[in-house]
Amino acid sequence: MSEQTPVISARNVWKLFGAEPRKYLAAMPAGRSYDEIRADGYIAGVKNVDIDVGRGEMLVIMGLSGSGKSTLVRCFSRLHDITGGTIAVEGQDIMSLSENELIELRRRKMGMVFQSFGLLPHRTVLENVAFPLEMRGQDRHARRERALEVIKLVGLEGREDYFPRELSGGQQQRVGIARSLAIEPDIWFLDEPFSALDPLIRREMQDEFLRLQDMLGKTIVFITHDFDEALRLADRIAIMKEGAIEQCDTPDRIVLDPQTDYVRKFTEDIDKARVVHAAVLARPLNGSVPDGEPVEAGATVRDLARQLVNDNRASLPVADKGGTVIGALDRREALEILLGAEA
Amino acid sequence: MTIAGAEVGSGKAAEAPPNRTLWILLGIAVALMLGRALGLLPDWLIRLPDWMIPPTAEWLDAIFAFVQNDLGLLQVTRAIAGGLEYLLDATANLLYGKRRWPYLGPIPWSAIAAVAAVLGYFLGGWRMAALAGGTFVWTALIGQWEIAMQTMSVLVVAAPFAFLIGLLLGIAAWKYRAFDMALRPILSVLQTLPFFTYLLPAVIFFKVGPTAGAVATIVYALPPMILMTTLGLKKVPPEVVEAGKMSGCTRWQMLTRVYLPAARTELLVGVNQVIMLCLAMVVLTAFIGMPGLGAKLLAMMGSFKLGRSFEIGVTIVLLAITLDRLSKAWVVRQPVHFERGTPWWQRHVFLLAGAGAFVLFYVLAQFVEILNEVGIRQNLSQGREIDALIKSVLDIDAVQAVTQWLRWFLNVQILIPFRNSLLWIPTPAFILLVTALSYWVGGRRPAIYAAVFFSIVALSGWWDRSVITLYTVISAVILATLIGIPVAIAAARTEKWSRRMLLVCDSAQTFPSFIYLIPAIMLFGVNDVAVIFSILIFAMVPLMRYTIEGLRTVPPEMTEAADMSGATRRQKLMSVQIPLALPTMAVGFNQAIMFAFFMVIVAAFIGTQDLGQELQRTLAGSDIGKNIVLGMNVSLMALTFDMAILAWANRRERALGLTK
Repeated sequence: MSEQTPVISARNVWKLFGAEPRKYLAAMPAGRSYDEIRADGYIAGVKNVDIDVGRGEMLVIMGLSGSGKSTLVRCFSRLHDITGGTIAVEGQDIMSLSENELIELRRRKMGMVFQSFGLLPHRTVLENVAFPLEMRGQDRHARRERALEVIKLVGLEGREDYFPRELSGGQQQRVGIARSLAIEPDIWFLDEPFSALDPLIRREMQDEFLRLQDMLGKTIVFITHDFDEALRLADRIAIMKEGAIEQCDTPDRIVLDPQTDYVRKFTEDIDKARVVHAAVLARPLNGSVPDGEPVEAGATVRDLARQLVNDNRASLPVADKGGTVIGALDRREALEILLGAEA
Repeated sequence: MTIAGAEVGSGKAAEAPPNRTLWILLGIAVALMLGRALGLLPDWLIRLPDWMIPPTAEWLDAIFAFVQNDLGLLQVTRAIAGGLEYLLDATANLLYGKRRWPYLGPIPWSAIAAVAAVLGYFLGGWRMAALAGGTFVWTALIGQWEIAMQTMSVLVVAAPFAFLIGLLLGIAAWKYRAFDMALRPILSVLQTLPFFTYLLPAVIFFKVGPTAGAVATIVYALPPMILMTTLGLKKVPPEVVEAGKMSGCTRWQMLTRVYLPAARTELLVGVNQVIMLCLAMVVLTAFIGMPGLGAKLLAMMGSFKLGRSFEIGVTIVLLAITLDRLSKAWVVRQPVHFERGTPWWQRHVFLLAGAGAFVLFYVLAQFVEILNEVGIRQNLSQGREIDALIKSVLDIDAVQAVTQWLRWFLNVQILIPFRNSLLWIPTPAFILLVTALSYWVGGRRPAIYAAVFFSIVALSGWWDRSVITLYTVISAVILATLIGIPVAIAAARTEKWSRRMLLVCDSAQTFPSFIYLIPAIMLFGVNDVAVIFSILIFAMVPLMRYTIEGLRTVPPEMTEAADMSGATRRQKLMSVQIPLALPTMAVGFNQAIMFAFFMVIVAAFIGTQDLGQELQRTLAGSDIGKNIVLGMNVSLMALTFDMAILAWANRRERALGLTK
């Protein structure tokens, strides 16, 4: 399998809820809207979705409640059987897997974290974390070792023998995260993992999560209804509405170039300067490199604010980490983003 | 009240626009009654003529004879009975020294009491330890150890079986929808079937004695366990289920490691109910000659020995409270973690303490006879003295005057006229009236069931006795409502009294029904008023409980809104609290009726002229067909009310937006 093959590849995926969804989908004329489908007595949980998740990528699926984001991620892990289309995980069609193969896939490759944690109330922290290892029949000693390792990783040392109800929300979610990491999954699903937490804890957990991701470099599908969270974490964001993906792009592109009114509404109140990076604004060099000190490609417009205001060059060179100049940034354009173009 | 009244009225109107059906039903019924009053009605419209009544009992007898002998079911059941008997003999040996394998018993009473105390401490601290230990000490000291252990020896066998079978059936019902659909009506019938109808088949198929008692007890305790299992499994949070699936659980792992442990609370509530129902039924097996507390109580009451009856009553009540509190403490008990490196003995300190206490008292009892067995001369029974005391209190002129006046007034002024007028109503008119009532309360479906069910009762050939049964139930429930609801409303006014009253009701609900006969007989002797009185107090318990609960759970923002609108306490009660509590109160009312149908059969012991009396008579022989016909009559009448009232409560709850 080459580096280019997407880890998850979804084509024309449909998930309908209702009496006889398969029959209905087969007979349904193309281009039927969410409301028309609803009038026919079906709910389109996922509506004709095409998406690829690349290796090591962090895809954030974002949308309001009921937009189908949780349903979509449950289709990826086949917690839901899809009604139409195909989903391939590492090139293998997951709908063709037998029950045992599916169990095997989940035991080896997938980990999932849930919004309300989904911890088993009758098991201690250690037993919860070791649960997936126990299911795949690892011996007591080995699973204890591994469980203690991940518990340490999420910073819950010393709480191994506590029961979930004896822990705070943030700690419980750490257990959930540890459990999902115990089997060293390749693909990590996180279903609104921080929504149930207080804002301060949420921030702390996001940092923690970024630290883990830096260390582990997993392929991640992350669900949230919080746009700020999405912007903060994502390599790419997929915005969903009524089961369909409205736009799937990098945070910069979503903010700079919303494709639909719905996406535009989302981005309206966002401080674009915090999101847009110099690299995205860099225009190709037409032979001539602007004078002076280059700005960093990874810096946001906000990071460059002082310089943008004080500098008097028309365009500034943009350099990547190695110091190579990759383009030129139009100062006026950047200033407009900084000051808020609409305002 | 006006709000509720108006809405109920309009709700009805919306369902069947001019309410024509209701008026037609009532019209025909009234016409029939007028016909009877004027002497115009032919006899066959007053009561079904004999030739119209199918010999259901004989058919059932034939079917049973076929299944029993030709299909060889009897061999199967006798084989099961053999295994069960073996277990029962073993527990009987251990608990009261019946001369059977393993020939070890009886275990000294002090050892059992000590273990009970340790268990109590483990589950609920000192208070529970005192309750559990105290109950057994009392039982021994009062000289009822052997009969109490006869009861317990059946209980400790029946309860685990009922738990296990209920659990398996509950899992099956949760897993397979078709099985669930098939099981539900059977459970409804089982829950309304009078206990006599459990007893006789048990006796026939599992021979007289503890085995039949155990089988009847197991069957009787099954329904709530099945329902709680299904409920608990359905309530496991979806994310826990998904977490299990994502951990790669197989189906078996899902059930045993995820579903069942996560449904722990509901399963333990089921255990609590199983234990309580087992106790209730084991006591009632006295009617088929099972020795134990129930049989002794029956004998003492039969010979009007009130002192001893009272003492046995106290023992039964203490046992009930102990079993109930201990199992409930187990429900709420959560596992607690130990710090790393806690030594083995510390982790299992209660187990060791229990074993230690057992051994200590077992050994002590070998030397100190009183710790082994409390002899007749040593026991503290004050039977004769209490008897004399009760009788002297009852002999006080004032008391006499009150009870006698009540007896006379209720009998002559209310009960007998009411009963006679119900009996006077022609059968078809009666069926129509019940149908109309069901229609008005519950709507179309309950009305159809009412018509069918009461027609079956009419065709069973036991109409008059059924009507008498119904009369007893209705009178008792009306009286219970008149007394219970105002008391409950008063108690619900403050938090403190609500809690106290709920505690009383909770405890009272755990008492085996038999207990309620004691005060009834004490006060009123052996007659109709005592019957009504015993049913009345038994039925009042759920009525008060649900009323208080309903009133206390009215959302606070609604009562606050009423307060801010300047409502007086009375206005708030009448136009906010009662209308909102009414669906819950209706459930309580329904339970009161179900309890009354149960108690009216128990009261056959006092001497009634209803179905219960006939049922009790069938126990003497092997009249299984008749037994089932009578039992079904009770069940069908109870189900009619059950369906109508619950339909109303559900609709009302939905209308008020109280359900999620």
